[in-house]
Amino acid sequence: MILTGNHAVSYGVKAARTEVVAAYPITPQTQIIEKLAELIAKGEMNARYIRVESEHSAMTACISAEACGARTFTATSSHGLAYMSEMVFWAGLGRFPVTMAVVTRTLAPPWSIWNEHTDILAQRDSGWVMMMCESAQEAYDTAIQAFRIAEDERVLQPVMYGLDAFSLSHTAENVDLLDQEAVDGYLPRLDPSKLPVYIDPDRPITFGNLLGPDRMMEFRHLIKEAFERARRVIDETAAEYSKIAGRPQTGLFENYRCSDAEVVVVATGASSGDVKEAVDSLRDKGVKAGMIRLKTIRPFPGEEIREVIGGVKVIATIDRDYSFGFGGILGRELSAYLKGNVFRYIAGLGGRDLTVEDFEDIINDALRRAEGRRGDVEEVWWGLKEVE
Amino acid sequence: MFTLKDLTVEEYVLPGNAACPGCASALSMRIALKVLGPRTIVTIPASCTSVMQGYYPKSPSRVPFLNTAFASTAASASGIVAALEIKGRHGINVVGWAGDGGTADIGIQGLSGAAERNENFIYICYDNEAYMNTGTQRSSATPRGAVTTTTVTGKAERKKDVPAIMIAHNMPYVATACAAYPLDFAEKLRKAMTIKGLKYIHLLSPCPPGWRFPAEKTVEVGKLAVTTGAWILYEWTDGKYTLTGPSRGLTEKSRRRPLKDYLILQGRFGKLSEDDAKVLQEDVDLQWDKFNRRLRESAEAPK
Repeated sequence: MILTGNHAVSYGVKAARTEVVAAYPITPQTQIIEKLAELIAKGEMNARYIRVESEHSAMTACISAEACGARTFTATSSHGLAYMSEMVFWAGLGRFPVTMAVVTRTLAPPWSIWNEHTDILAQRDSGWVMMMCESAQEAYDTAIQAFRIAEDERVLQPVMYGLDAFSLSHTAENVDLLDQEAVDGYLPRLDPSKLPVYIDPDRPITFGNLLGPDRMMEFRHLIKEAFERARRVIDETAAEYSKIAGRPQTGLFENYRCSDAEVVVVATGASSGDVKEAVDSLRDKGVKAGMIRLKTIRPFPGEEIREVIGGVKVIATIDRDYSFGFGGILGRELSAYLKGNVFRYIAGLGGRDLTVEDFEDIINDALRRAEGRRGDVEEVWWGLKEVE
Repeated sequence: MFTLKDLTVEEYVLPGNAACPGCASALSMRIALKVLGPRTIVTIPASCTSVMQGYYPKSPSRVPFLNTAFASTAASASGIVAALEIKGRHGINVVGWAGDGGTADIGIQGLSGAAERNENFIYICYDNEAYMNTGTQRSSATPRGAVTTTTVTGKAERKKDVPAIMIAHNMPYVATACAAYPLDFAEKLRKAMTIKGLKYIHLLSPCPPGWRFPAEKTVEVGKLAVTTGAWILYEWTDGKYTLTGPSRGLTEKSRRRPLKDYLILQGRFGKLSEDDAKVLQEDVDLQWDKFNRRLRESAEAPK
């Protein structure tokens, strides 16, 4: 089926037999929730759709529906995610296994609808498993896997996954949809009795009343442990999905031609395909290049990546995001796990186009900078123009 | 009409809650759950009621309480309703229980959204006329003249009329109530339980520490709020207004007690001059003139 990344998410959410959708429109997420509204209205999907008045209410409704045992989904972007943020934390810290698609978009001002990852990464401490999709196919696959990860008894945390604005959200490609039977076998119905919080008059509990300083750390530690277990669950979930889909799946990260690499570039999201092309092109020219694609950002697979590229001499990280006063978020985070030459590139902010040539140039640039300058850590704003 | 005999002896609010002495909202919660019964889910935002519940792992009630964030009551109730519907679970009362700050201020957007969608739940605003949980800061439901920690010389603006805003949503049922008249409140809740769609009850809830009166005077102060006409008890359904309880006999000014009787019991009005008190009395008179017009118009309107 030819689908945009957005519609691929909608079909994944349908295949997962989602029961409650609560959503508010924002460009470029709208296609996801429009398609879901249509599928529900036509009776192709048996779910309740709450047309809330804001993203804050969207996440609130999802949390409360999840608390009553329903499988829930929402989608948002940029300002919507920022506005929702209080409830994003509520879902993570309250351990409600909601799933959410985030079409990554620049935060204003000035207004921009174009791609950037700062919106999703700003939620990285909220207790959500976080992923980034590379293609419409992966968006469909991830929409289904997200529920498996979120509802796994070893995890029971919400899952959000990012789609780059337009380059993924609005780009149509051929997407292979699974048989409903296969999805049903892979993703059993949610068993409410296994939820950390199940609100049911037959088994009355109070959720969320006051907790003193004598117990809060222990509650947080439970979540920390869930995230440690999630590493394995994410890889298992991907491996089992690849069996029913007949296609390889990425769990924590993708290792692309890194085994003998002398220079490795680390990137995430929809431009990863272009990065791989750049790696291939450099390989043809005799440069031993490789790539790590971060599929999962929380839990952060730093140690797992170090095992693969810890000995590589030159590493270039690419961030389509920025934490002011700190740096590119993913590059900085990965640097904590690596020694040696890590060159952190800030590229494509505000939706600026990045091409295969850009990525080739970035890898060559990192190699040049590394010559004779061991142990340096540098940040480069790629393609920055003079301010007039 | 609801009588004492109709109130079950079953208790759904468990003993030992952490409310202040004389708390009208704790008292009203007890009454409300007796009417609603065990097949009820309550969602509660940041408010005095979040403190009233006491510390985990203890539970304050025999029905489930789902605590949610400050602005979230109506959206939370909407999510609960959607889940119960898709799960085919019928006959469960879904109730949002929020304070005036969580309703008139930070939660009004979500409440308005849920009202426009006519979600099937009961929303109860217990109105103690300020942010009492955080130490008596003014809200948009604080009445004119009241001293709070953020209106140290008395609030300059009038109280926001949230029930009127809810009526403008054309929802099936809007009512006011006062904690000092529990049977009137119980009757309204019982009616709300039989109606599909969003039911809104705005419950005046006198607050001894916030309004600065002795804890044993909660009921007395609440009754004076009604008998002076400062707070009008009514229902609005199918486009018709109906006065209830003592408010039925108060359409004429001569039948209402002077507002001063209500003000004088409360420290929050302690700084009012004679002139200030006159202005507040005029506010009450104007409020009744307006309400009487609404009563007449709704009685004359074709059904």
